[in-house]
Amino acid sequence: MSDFIYLFRTSEEARRAAMGTPELAQQSMQRWLGWVRELDAQGHLKSRGQPLENGGKTVRGKKKVITDGPFAEVKDLVAGFMVVQAADLAQAAELAKGCPILEGDGAVEVRPVMAMDF
Amino acid sequence: MELDEHLFRRESARMIAALTRIFGVHNLALAEDVVQDAFCRALEVWKVRGVPQNPSAWLMATAKNRALDVIRRERTANTFAPEVSRLFDSEWTLAPVVDEAFATEIIRDEQLRMMFSCCDPRLKEEVQIALVLNILCGFGAQEIAGAFLTGRAAVEKRIARGKASLATSRRLFDLTDGDVAARLPVVQRALYLLFNEGYHSVSTTAVVRTDLCREAIRLTELLLGDARTATPATGALAALMCLHAARLPGRLDGSGHLSALVDQDRSTWDAHLIAHGLALLERSARGSEVSTYHLEAAIAAAHVQSPSVDDTDWDTIIELYDRLTALAPSPVVALNRAIAVAQRDGEERGLDALRAIEGSDRLADYPFYRAAFAELELRRGHRDQARAHFEAAFGLARNAAERQFFEERLRSCEAT
Repeated sequence: MSDFIYLFRTSEEARRAAMGTPELAQQSMQRWLGWVRELDAQGHLKSRGQPLENGGKTVRGKKKVITDGPFAEVKDLVAGFMVVQAADLAQAAELAKGCPILEGDGAVEVRPVMAMDF
Repeated sequence: MELDEHLFRRESARMIAALTRIFGVHNLALAEDVVQDAFCRALEVWKVRGVPQNPSAWLMATAKNRALDVIRRERTANTFAPEVSRLFDSEWTLAPVVDEAFATEIIRDEQLRMMFSCCDPRLKEEVQIALVLNILCGFGAQEIAGAFLTGRAAVEKRIARGKASLATSRRLFDLTDGDVAARLPVVQRALYLLFNEGYHSVSTTAVVRTDLCREAIRLTELLLGDARTATPATGALAALMCLHAARLPGRLDGSGHLSALVDQDRSTWDAHLIAHGLALLERSARGSEVSTYHLEAAIAAAHVQSPSVDDTDWDTIIELYDRLTALAPSPVVALNRAIAVAQRDGEERGLDALRAIEGSDRLADYPFYRAAFAELELRRGHRDQARAHFEAAFGLARNAAERQFFEERLRSCEAT
């Protein structure tokens, strides 16, 4: 088993739409809880990650310029992360297919954690 | 921790009540924004940490914090609720006022005021009901459209129209006002229609219908919980809803099909709701006022107290229908009366009564009008006439459950 990080990418607009009415909020929440529960039950969940606040600061370049953002308008916002365990990259990607973020046209970036043999 | 299936709908309505108390009804859109924000935070946090022990308290606390942020950010630019806004200038009074708005009794009070504001007689009844369902019950336009078999766009328009009208007032309806008595019948009527929408035929899924009935009962109980709105008519309305709702499991058989009163398995009726409804009806008899709700509840009581169709007190039921006709004549009441007459005096008399209905042209699109003819023709052995009427009823059916019901009745015209 190897470790993989799921980076959840979506837009703020899609994120709000998923919780747009109480009925949708109920469905979205149920889907997420169901998906995470299933990953956990099958022994794939290593860390649930941390919830991220909106906005923040970005420090960039040699001049170390600090700017505000990324802002909510960004189409491809990192909304959170999670660490899973899977046999290989293909399985990790397959497992990500159940992620509710895809329903809102978001994406799950699946990145292998580099193995450290020493 | 499992997620309660109505959590977000219920809490949305409660949060909106608390937030409009703080922001003012003209800032309803802002309140809705804060609710949505709380939902988004809940998703991010709960999917990582799991559902909290008390999800309702978690959402309330989150909405409260967001409300404080909004006020601090906008207090110079925005005008909030006139009753409390001067207290927002000082941090000493801001937090306690926001806290208070989220207290259970305050939320109950605000929901009551919101109900009265939604039922503004200047708004069409369909707009009033859409508003109540959206703001006080947390249903979205899609679900309301589903329940009413109306297009989503039409429902969205109704909600938008209603909210635009609400936004023109700074305050919610004032219950200390002398206008309560004048507005109360409008509120009762909207809740009555809301309940009927759930109880009668229109929507296809049993779940939505039961939800609508339950919400109508919850809001009527809100009226009963306040001395200013707990009139005998309110009590009779609550009784009527309970006595009908008790029969809902029997009306929809296991597969969600309509079953005729005659075929209903009376053991499926909810004994607890029946007892509650009868107690409410008894209490509502104080005073001299006899409303249509009293009469309709009394008819429902006569039905639920009968062990079978044959042992039903049809004399009493017909007399109650006569009084109802005197008070509020309508072809639907006359149709129900004619069916009762047929039960007591036989098919011929029943058919006479059906033909004698005044304003029967208003029943032309109502499938159960033709179905009543069909049932009585079938009973007296006129299969061809019965079939023709059932076919007409089938053609008028408004959903799959009704179509299936008439299809089955058509088959019984063939059996020997």
